[in-house]
Amino acid sequence: MCAHCGCADGTESTMTNLQTGRHVHLDSAGREYVHEHAHSHGHEHAAILRLEHDVLLKNDRLAEQNRGWLDGRGVRAINLMSSPGAGKTTLLERTIGELGPELGLRVIEGDQATTRDGERIRAAGCNVVQINTGAGCHLEADMVGRALRQLDPPRDSVVMIENVGNLVCPAMFDLGERSRVVVASVTEGDDKPLKYPYIFRRASVIVLNKIDLLPHVDFQTAAFEQAALELNPRALIFQISARRGDGLAAWYQWLRADGDRAMP
Amino acid sequence: MHELGLTQEILEIVTQRAQERKVTRVVLEIGKLSCVLPDAIRFCFDLCAQGTIAEGAQLEIIQPPGRGRCRQCGAEFDLHAALAHCVCGSSDVEWLGGEELRIKTMEIA
Repeated sequence: MCAHCGCADGTESTMTNLQTGRHVHLDSAGREYVHEHAHSHGHEHAAILRLEHDVLLKNDRLAEQNRGWLDGRGVRAINLMSSPGAGKTTLLERTIGELGPELGLRVIEGDQATTRDGERIRAAGCNVVQINTGAGCHLEADMVGRALRQLDPPRDSVVMIENVGNLVCPAMFDLGERSRVVVASVTEGDDKPLKYPYIFRRASVIVLNKIDLLPHVDFQTAAFEQAALELNPRALIFQISARRGDGLAAWYQWLRADGDRAMP
Repeated sequence: MHELGLTQEILEIVTQRAQERKVTRVVLEIGKLSCVLPDAIRFCFDLCAQGTIAEGAQLEIIQPPGRGRCRQCGAEFDLHAALAHCVCGSSDVEWLGGEELRIKTMEIA
C-alpha cells in the first residue's frame, strides 16, 4: 500500500515533490503522449502488417522532448547510475555541499520505494523530486519529464538524476540527459565493467568510489581502469571517496566545466 | 527484468494496430547487442497476451548480429560481445548494428 495516499498498489510508479508534498501516480495519466491513430481498413481477410516500429520509440521521443525542454532553459541534466549501495546519494550530498548554490543544483531521485534518499538530499539543502518506480527497475523519460516540471530548475542550472540502483536496465532508457555518469565502488569487485558492459560503454564519466576502503578489500584499481577503458576508451575515470572527500576536486571540475563532451 | 515492461509496450503497439482483429503472429527483431533476452520476451509475451486479442499469437524473433567499425583504423567487422577488439588491437568500436529492438511485422486474422 502506498504510504502517502493509501492507494492499494505499491507496484505503480509515483512521484513526490518534497517541497510541496504533491504526490501523484504516474500511470494514471502517463501513457497518453504518443499514441497511434486507429483507422479502419474495412477489410476482414488475414493480413500481414509491416510495422518496423522501434519498441523504445515512445521513450526516445519523450527523452528528446525532455532534452529540448532542458536545452531551452540551458539546464544540464546528468543521469547518475550505479548498482545499489555504490554511493550515488552520498556523492550527491557531498556535491550539494560543495557546488549546490554555485550550479543551482536540483535532484531527481529514483528508487523503487520510499522517499529516504529524497529526504537526505533535501536535508543536504537541495530541492528534490522523488520518483518511486514500484516494480520498475529503472527510470523512464516520461517520469523524468514530469519530475522536471515539478522541479522547475532555474536557467543555466544542473539537474542530477539519480537512477534506480541497477547496472542493467537503466542503460537502455534515454532520459533526455546530456551526460551519463556511472558510479562503481571498490567493495564491488574490479571486474564490474566487464560483467555489465552496456552501462559502462556509454558513460561519459566513471566514478570509482570508496577508495578509502582500498586497504581492506581485494580490489585492483589498475584492473578496473583497464577494463573500463577497454570498453569505453573515451571515458573519464575519477577515483574518489565521497565519504572522506578524496579525489573530489576532479569531479567538481568536470561538473563546473560542464562537462561535456556529447554522449558517445 | 526490463523485458516485462518491453513486452507490455510491444503488446500495446500490436493490439492498437490490430484494431480488435485477432493477432496471429508477431515478428520481432532483437539485436544480439540489444541487452534484451529473447527468451524472457517469449516468456512474458505468452503471459501478457493472455486475455487480449494477441493471445496464442505465434512469436518469431530474428536476432541480427552485431556489426562494428573501428574508430582507429576504420575496419568493419562482426561483433559477438559488447567488448570486442579490432585486428589493429583497438577496442574503440562504433556499433553499426546489433542493438535493434523492433516490431518488424504482424499478422492479423
